[in-house]
Amino acid sequence: MSAMCTQCHEREAVVRLTQVQEDQVVTIRLCERCAAERGVDTGVGQLATPLGGFLAALGAVGSTVEADGVGRPRACPVCGSTVADFRSGGRLGCAGCWDAFADSLLPLLRRLHGSTHHAGEPYRAPGQRPAGPGADRQRLAEQLELAVATENFELAAELRDQLRSTGGD
Amino acid sequence: MIDLALLPDGGLGWLDGSGPESHLVLSTRIRLARNLAEHRFSAQATEAEREAVLGMVREAAEQSVTLRRAMVFRLDSLPSLDRQLLHERHVVSKELSVPERGGVPRRASAVLLGRDVGAMVNEEDHLRLQGLVSGLSLEAAYAAVRRADVELGQQVAFAFHPQFGYLTSCPTNVGTGLRASILIHLPGLVLTKEIHRVLQGLSQVGLTYRGLYGEGSEVVGNFFQLSNQTTLGQSESELLDHLSRIVGQVIGHEEKARQILLRDAPSILEDKVWRAFGLLRHARSLGFEEAMNLLSGVRLGVGLGLVPDVGMYTVNRLLIETQPAHVLAMAGGVLDEAEVPVRRARHVRMILEAEAGRRG
Repeated sequence: MSAMCTQCHEREAVVRLTQVQEDQVVTIRLCERCAAERGVDTGVGQLATPLGGFLAALGAVGSTVEADGVGRPRACPVCGSTVADFRSGGRLGCAGCWDAFADSLLPLLRRLHGSTHHAGEPYRAPGQRPAGPGADRQRLAEQLELAVATENFELAAELRDQLRSTGGD
Repeated sequence: MIDLALLPDGGLGWLDGSGPESHLVLSTRIRLARNLAEHRFSAQATEAEREAVLGMVREAAEQSVTLRRAMVFRLDSLPSLDRQLLHERHVVSKELSVPERGGVPRRASAVLLGRDVGAMVNEEDHLRLQGLVSGLSLEAAYAAVRRADVELGQQVAFAFHPQFGYLTSCPTNVGTGLRASILIHLPGLVLTKEIHRVLQGLSQVGLTYRGLYGEGSEVVGNFFQLSNQTTLGQSESELLDHLSRIVGQVIGHEEKARQILLRDAPSILEDKVWRAFGLLRHARSLGFEEAMNLLSGVRLGVGLGLVPDVGMYTVNRLLIETQPAHVLAMAGGVLDEAEVPVRRARHVRMILEAEAGRRG
């Protein structure tokens, strides 16, 4: 016999959730819609990943509004992935997607991380480092400092030699 | 079949029980997710692009101090049993070792294994750097993985965004790309039925727990992996400090639970430990979960000093060696399914007998 959803009491339940609430094991049954509202992937819809379920529950990413002026789904100019691809798979296609879908990703990041800004280590790619001998010394000095801080003495010795060979003290 | 003994430290250095709090904490693992700039993420990239990524990573690794002597395994050409062995050693993810529907892993996927740091290539992200150390030592694990990160990041350009930080395929990893996991043994909290309260508390402070093999795996043998849930908006040291503080509290709860058991039910506790030891020492057939649960009981006894003849490293080692692929590998890779529990039991008996001889 099929059970009704314990939340809306309207639709047939498709998923059973067992949770621990204040030391009591509580089992609830949810229909597809109520499960989606709680971010639970029922496996009934076309959601391929748990994050996909979360995204659908949010309703913020991949809605029909996400289209260009002529109704085509908005696509990343670098890899061609669309927000719909992201919604179904829960994965972005390339670094360019982060800019292409930034407005959709911001509310998601707030929900996931409580923040939208990186506060960790900075990074400069090899090509973006300043050029010239002074910059080389600066870079080596930074690496040496890090090598010492992380007790990588083998690397530190190599870097110290390189630093010496660039002149100065 | 690959010879796991050739791995740095035999691949088991992280289990040697030498790290801080190792009576409770088996290992500390920190992974950093990185992608190479100008290349589509692994799942979206063409085979040629993934090959190019692997080539660049290998070249960068050869230029580095941390990974230049690493062993390299191409997972797309490794037999399934070997991939599973690496998975059971916690150095390759499930996605790259045992793909769904029995398929082969993504083309150009590989793993580089150094002494205390490894790197999966062409997993969900181009690079999953991992530092794995014994016991509770977030600083050591981070120092190891950060060294590799800095060195590789000087050779190849990582995808980095001024606002979002290190860019990843999944938004749950963006920013620092850092996930730290503490593999901890909590039988005291399970026996005193306090575990649910503790696990519930974790989610309220931004941490999450998983089973022995990480995401999506079941909890067996009272082993839990505690890790940070968020990766964006806090610095690496803030994320690690927070995890360290909370894990410290969990350790406090577990110690307290063990003291309560010793005080209020010493004979029940001792009986449980020695029954587990007796079964492991003499059983002729052991299922995987059964072995895990019995090893959990013995590990509790060893931690409390109730089983003087067994070392923590031996118990930790058996936790790895009783896993299905390891048992199969011991038999040369060919074993009738019904023979697996028999072979497992024989190996456990042999190791415990040798241990008794050594210590007795």
